[in-house]
Amino acid sequence: MEVIMAGQPFLGRRGFLLGGAAVGAGAVLAGCTSNTPANSASNAPVADAGSNAQPGKPITIGFSAPAADHGWIAAITKNAKAQAQKFSEVKFTATEGTNDVNQQISQVETLINAKVDVLVILPFDGKALTAVGRQAMDAGIPVINLDRIFDTPLAYRTWIGGDNYRMGVNAGNYLAAELKKKNVANPIIGEVAGIDSLPLTQERSKGFADALGRVGFKVGPRVSAQFTSESGEQQTANLLQGAPKLDALWNHDDDQGIGVNAAIDTAGRKEFIMVGGAGSKNMMNLIKADSAPIKATVLYSPSMASTAVALARLLGQGKGIGDLAEHDVPAEITTYSAVVTKENVDQYLDVGFDS
Amino acid sequence: MTETQAPPQEALPTERKRFAFAADPRLLGLAGVLVVLCLVGQFTRPELFFTESNISTILRLAAAIGVVSVGMTFVIISGGIDLSVGSMVGLAGVWLTTLATQSYGPWVMVLCGLAVGLGCGLVNGVLVAYGKVVPFIATLAMYVSARGLAERISGRRTQVVADQDFLAFFRGGFLGIPTLIWLFALVFAVGWVVLNRTTFGRRTYAVGGNIEASRLAGINVKRHLALVYGVAGLCCGIAALMVVARTTAGASTNGMFYELDAIAAVVIGGTLLTGGRGSLIGTLVGVLIFTVLSNIFTLNNLDTDIQNIAKGVIIVLAVLLQFRAGKARTGS
Repeated sequence: MEVIMAGQPFLGRRGFLLGGAAVGAGAVLAGCTSNTPANSASNAPVADAGSNAQPGKPITIGFSAPAADHGWIAAITKNAKAQAQKFSEVKFTATEGTNDVNQQISQVETLINAKVDVLVILPFDGKALTAVGRQAMDAGIPVINLDRIFDTPLAYRTWIGGDNYRMGVNAGNYLAAELKKKNVANPIIGEVAGIDSLPLTQERSKGFADALGRVGFKVGPRVSAQFTSESGEQQTANLLQGAPKLDALWNHDDDQGIGVNAAIDTAGRKEFIMVGGAGSKNMMNLIKADSAPIKATVLYSPSMASTAVALARLLGQGKGIGDLAEHDVPAEITTYSAVVTKENVDQYLDVGFDS
Repeated sequence: MTETQAPPQEALPTERKRFAFAADPRLLGLAGVLVVLCLVGQFTRPELFFTESNISTILRLAAAIGVVSVGMTFVIISGGIDLSVGSMVGLAGVWLTTLATQSYGPWVMVLCGLAVGLGCGLVNGVLVAYGKVVPFIATLAMYVSARGLAERISGRRTQVVADQDFLAFFRGGFLGIPTLIWLFALVFAVGWVVLNRTTFGRRTYAVGGNIEASRLAGINVKRHLALVYGVAGLCCGIAALMVVARTTAGASTNGMFYELDAIAAVVIGGTLLTGGRGSLIGTLVGVLIFTVLSNIFTLNNLDTDIQNIAKGVIIVLAVLLQFRAGKARTGS
């Protein structure tokens, strides 16, 4: 709703800022119906530009992402916009998010035709969008490929994304360490995965199993949900029936975690510790309160969108990243899946997203 | 598991064959499938399957899709189809969990959910009955637009319920049985009485059996069809309350794929897709078969993909069984 159409320049950007930021448009709707906090754009994580903070030459950054039908993707779009607004010389042209691959291709083509200086693309499907990424690169527009990777490096100048395997590893390491601390010998460790057919889910599960395997633990009951709160509740309700006693549980995704927590609450179970995934504000608050089984969440932070826009600006202006010896922006950046616990949650609350 | 027992005898003497489910080989076969599944559950996890908490979990998980399937049974018996049930559950759910609705307390939330469901259902009904739009298309339009509206209203966020009274009531229980199971039983009982013991029910069968004959018999066919879709919508409103209670949140993704699950349950329950014949008991058994199946799979820690294959096999078997029983009945 707060996105402008492709090719249409962001004319009244300053007025847009004053008018209660990006979600202001949403707030018109929110006024009567929505739960979206009216000021949520103002607290989106924003990268510090360091020594690159001085305004450079004016550039236009084009942005295309899938429909914000999930808290994480919504945060991606919001963060990208908030980051762009931080730079006075950057013009930000975002297309309406879509889950239709053909539509996203034509949106990116529109941005290419509008001759934006840099493109930031989170493809709905990396393979399907590879050709149009290539087309942009061939047209001399550097592409920042966000998260879902294109098939060939020819289609992007720089890739930035999360580390699904390490998400699993860090969740597994955390649980293993906690269980060792408690001297549990043969722990029963459950897993609520996301959509099983997606490579990202498979990588998360593999990392989790590998990390547990290092200390001789293994994954016990495992279910696969759909990244929605409803499927999380359904799958977890059955999982808890199948495991009358659990020592630990990892839930891949904090959006579905709302349902997972509801199922745990319904079953009245408290005997195990739980780790979440992705890092929603909701879960971070629960971790802070320390009253539910959830004790930690492993990040897959949508702050990567803020970084992507910051990098796009540097690429457009021909600068390198401050503090690195490189003259140029690197070709690949993988974000780190930090473990957020009660002890460090305050440091990470700013990247927590509304699920 | 009282649902697997032979149905009560007093239902037998009713005049039409379709009410005589005790004698219907299709329903007996279906009940047999459910019994076999329960035995498999008991055999593979004897210490867990027939426990109070597992049975209660199965019934709670069956509740929302069960209520939706009750409405779907009405629609399919009347000769139509409703593809929009899942979207209506999603829309009613996010509408009842918006900040504005929540700030007026639990009653407004409940009424809002029911009103949105009923309203969408009536829109479907009016389009089908008065606008002469094919049910498949009319409800396909609702399927898309209701989901879209749900996304817009919620801002595509999961809206957590803050109202503790709402949660306490719907997540609580009465006489040791969860509220959701009571609601499910209530909707099912009311649906059964309406379908089998009232003029409205008889007209639903009649309209689905032969629409022209029904009109000649003096039934206001258009109004009746509109109301049938209204019933389906209202059921979706009730299901939305259940899903919100279960997950403690309204999300535009609530009710995903309910249309497929509900149609599958109704069809394997012996209701003809062409209308005119069907039974709610069959639908109930159909819903329970799927819920028990997924429970058994999770209890035994089996992959969901195998579960989907099993689902498909059960659907085909049930329909084949139906076909044979139908042939035997007509003597062809």
